[in-house]
Amino acid sequence: MRYSGFRVIAEALTGHKGWKPVWRDPAPQAEYDYIIVGGGGHGLATAYYLAKEFGQSRIAVLEKGYLGGGNVGRNTTIIRSNYLLDGNEPFYEFSLKLWEGLEQDFNYNAMVSQRGIINLIHTDAQRDAFTRRGNAMRLHGADAELLSREQVRKMYPWLNFDNARFPIKGALMQRRGGTVRHDAVAWGYARGADMRGVDLIQNCEVTGMRIENGRIKGVETTRGYIGAKKVGVAVAGSSSKVMAHAGMRLPIESHVLQAFVSEGLKPLIDGVMTFGAGHFYVSQSDKGGLVFGGDIDGYNSYAQRGNLPVIEDVAEGGMALMPAIGRVRLLRTWGGIMDMSMDGSPFIDKTHIEGLYFNGGWCYGGFKATPASGWCFAHLMAKDEPHKTATAYRLDRFLKGRMIDEKGQGAQPNLH
Amino acid sequence: MIIHHPILGPRDAQEFVYLGDASLIDRPDGMTAGIEEFHEYLYQRTNPAGEHRELWYHEQGDRSWLVVTRNTVTHEITKVELARDVARSRGRSK
Repeated sequence: MRYSGFRVIAEALTGHKGWKPVWRDPAPQAEYDYIIVGGGGHGLATAYYLAKEFGQSRIAVLEKGYLGGGNVGRNTTIIRSNYLLDGNEPFYEFSLKLWEGLEQDFNYNAMVSQRGIINLIHTDAQRDAFTRRGNAMRLHGADAELLSREQVRKMYPWLNFDNARFPIKGALMQRRGGTVRHDAVAWGYARGADMRGVDLIQNCEVTGMRIENGRIKGVETTRGYIGAKKVGVAVAGSSSKVMAHAGMRLPIESHVLQAFVSEGLKPLIDGVMTFGAGHFYVSQSDKGGLVFGGDIDGYNSYAQRGNLPVIEDVAEGGMALMPAIGRVRLLRTWGGIMDMSMDGSPFIDKTHIEGLYFNGGWCYGGFKATPASGWCFAHLMAKDEPHKTATAYRLDRFLKGRMIDEKGQGAQPNLH
Repeated sequence: MIIHHPILGPRDAQEFVYLGDASLIDRPDGMTAGIEEFHEYLYQRTNPAGEHRELWYHEQGDRSWLVVTRNTVTHEITKVELARDVARSRGRSK
């Protein structure tokens, strides 16, 4: 069923009796050409593009819980392409371009809102660094502008411009950045994949992999053995757990990242703002809640909940930047599990096992990458060669000395 | 989280800096190990869901390195040792 304004009016006049379930609930078949492990944003996008752009069929997505129940439903919904390094920027700009056409492409309202993102500047050194970053973005066809202190003041006059430690001196702005309704991304991709014949199989946890003579044959699941010619794993947060079924260790640690939403407020922040120096970023949801976050907790965790010291740290960052929020009450806090890689950058690669592909290591930046990650992973699985924007995301890059370390922190995942 | 320091007693985890998997104690011999061995040591992790032995540094305290055994699913800490003792028991610092 295609959605349209006409359909909404027609259903309104006939008692909304014509709406149908958005996707089927099929039982797993004995064998598929492609199995995607993980029914989150990246896995569903991979299945969608495999069917739509690469003309493949006999595809299944296996999800341990329910579709979109992991990080795609737990993030702070920001999209942007403001990276510096050659290995990253073309990929994220490709992703932002896909976001711009996504709703028309999959015929679903994902509330893509290009409300702009600013990264605040506090020192001359930071302005130099952001100028360089902005130039790198523009060289790859993205948009970037340097804002003066007065331009920032015009946008947000109530910020603390004269904080003694971090006075605001300007900002790097990407007007095409913004926010997206995160759950709708999972639902839109799921519906689009289902319409093209992809089997979306929920409550189906992968418990083992059958590998013979260096080649993948299929996966053991809680719903029985399922054969496959090719298996792609897109389970960021749990990558090490799933890839251990193939006997692999990864350059990844799992860490918990917390996020926060306040009670609903009148319109206050119309874009996205990052206060990197204070480990704080914020936007305002369409319901009025301030959606914000900061650093990861910093220790290995699979708990999907963090601890109070980071909550205190994030609240301090928020108060330093926006003293006006002092009496705003917190509505919810929650945590998600991040694949923190050794250089802060992701992986989209083949493995040494023929027919087994890996997508992960997204750190805390996986949501914005969803469309390009799906597209590039589908490209890799269908053609056995990487998409031109994802050639650097190799699993062996540490061995080869080709790290993509945006922050220059080295092999210390909790600092990226 | 409260870390029961073997010398100082219960201390808030905020006083500590986290490094990572305690396997980082077992650095290969730089004179004999090859690139692959160092790659495995420096970059690859087991990253278990469940019991995890890890290195914490008491930066805001006595600056000792500890090996903390902690469950990564529940955050429960079951054992805390001085990293020095662990390293010696594995034959380091002879």
